[in-house]
Amino acid sequence: MSQWEIVIGLETHVQLTTASKIFSGASTAFGAEPNTQASIVDLAMPGALPVMNKGAAERAVKFGLAIGANINRRSIFARKNYFYPDLPKGYQISQFETPIVQGGGLTITLVDGTTKFIELTRAHLEEDAGKSVHDQFDRESGVDLNRAGTPLLEIVTEPVMRSAKEAIAYAKALHGLVRYLDICDGNMQEGSFRCDVNVSVRKPGEPFGTRREIKNLNSFKFMQQAIDYEVRWQIEQIEDGKKIVQATVLFNPDTGETRAMRTKEDAMDYRYFPDPDLPPLVIDDAMFDRIKAAMPELPEAKCARFQSEFKLPEYDARLLSLDSATAKYFEDAVKSGADAKLVANWIIGELSATLNREEKTIEQSPVSAEQLASVVARISDGTISNKIAKTVFESLWNGDGKTADDVIAAKGLKQISDVGAIEKIVEEVLAKSAAQIADYKSGKEKALMSIVGMVMKASAGKANPAQVNEIIKKKLG
Amino acid sequence: MSLSAQDIERIAHLARIRVTPDEVGQVQAKLEGIFKLIDDMQSVNTKGVEPMSHGLDMVLRLRDDAVTEKNDRENLQRNAPQAAEGYFLVPKVIE
Repeated sequence: MSQWEIVIGLETHVQLTTASKIFSGASTAFGAEPNTQASIVDLAMPGALPVMNKGAAERAVKFGLAIGANINRRSIFARKNYFYPDLPKGYQISQFETPIVQGGGLTITLVDGTTKFIELTRAHLEEDAGKSVHDQFDRESGVDLNRAGTPLLEIVTEPVMRSAKEAIAYAKALHGLVRYLDICDGNMQEGSFRCDVNVSVRKPGEPFGTRREIKNLNSFKFMQQAIDYEVRWQIEQIEDGKKIVQATVLFNPDTGETRAMRTKEDAMDYRYFPDPDLPPLVIDDAMFDRIKAAMPELPEAKCARFQSEFKLPEYDARLLSLDSATAKYFEDAVKSGADAKLVANWIIGELSATLNREEKTIEQSPVSAEQLASVVARISDGTISNKIAKTVFESLWNGDGKTADDVIAAKGLKQISDVGAIEKIVEEVLAKSAAQIADYKSGKEKALMSIVGMVMKASAGKANPAQVNEIIKKKLG
Repeated sequence: MSLSAQDIERIAHLARIRVTPDEVGQVQAKLEGIFKLIDDMQSVNTKGVEPMSHGLDMVLRLRDDAVTEKNDRENLQRNAPQAAEGYFLVPKVIE
């Protein structure tokens, strides 16, 4: 296997976050009743003409600026002709020879910490097709044109990736970026971010092998499985003396296999030509400058700022700047006055773990940034221990109280720092611990730990452990 | 440019137009006439002329991103040969 080199390029369909469609005023909201968001333009009624959505053009420019690409200030819409029931016009409006974005790229970081620059070929604007359902009716297929005309940005890389790991790192980086830019909601289950993966294999130094394109992967896990399977299959074919035939393949998540959908012999000829209904899309200086001025801070810059402004280690800064929602949550919590490093620890630790377990995103977190800040503040000022703080966090998560102070008061979780109170508990415990005392006095340090443990238990975890330690040592002199 | 009968069949297939074997020769002659026209146009000297993608020297007008269309399904499905449960129905297509 090792003498084979894997060559991968990605085409990603990113659904833009506009309220209306790219060429009509119909809504793009997900999940509506079939055909309730399909206008005469989306249905291709005779004489209905497309009118371009400014919001879609702005988002494409925003993306181009973020990846350092050339923005074609004049780009052309073309018709891509093919027949399918969910494409009522008989063509998809796309961009062919002159796309809005050309070149640029993004840097990916692999698990081992190495980085690689992934060059992009282009990104072009196009409309999505509708959806067909094949299992709802006995003898017919149903067509829902709500999705028809939804604006997409198709982002195409050069064939520069050399492993499934790199492909997935790229897909994740792109996913993070488009969400950062707020040009796509990134919802992969709803199809807002779909990847087509072109895979071929070759001996190093040889020309590219024949590629096969795996269509419509909507999870990073499937992408990994599909590439692994496809690579193995291609190598086996070649080693068996067979040739790879260029084809489009589908991945079946149930079997973990890829299967050819159509081969090149019957490949379509899309007969692209400029759409006569749509003159050139021109981004004038005013529009360009306005978009440029409104560009948000990008992940790399944010990561650097978190390190300098909040004195966070690079590791924390990187994790917190990976997506804008997490970064915002962190900054909101710090703004409420909590210690930055402690907040970072809590977001990366307890909060992330709980969100994962409950399958929630940080935007859906029942504990708000301000609430987390209130927990962290009470750790900082010694009101509660880290351990009790987890109980407080859990209560806030379950909606028992609005702030950490509410929960601490309601459940009596305030740390006992009063020397007299702790001494009383220590004395009670010592009275029942003759054996441990003897062990400790004979030099067994472990015995002390066990006494501390008993005191903490007797105080329901509320005693200040450092004080407990000190008092026991003093008593046992 | 000359077209073969096979070219005609392929183009007809791509356009989903049924061309019977007796019609192939006629279509072939007509299409070749169009290609002749294109050849004539291509013989014009266009050196130094910037290519245009459209016949009119206009730029695309942009509209603000706002939802302006309401659900009009009932009305819009009235001319559909078949519809049910909100879907347009077509002969079963399984790829």
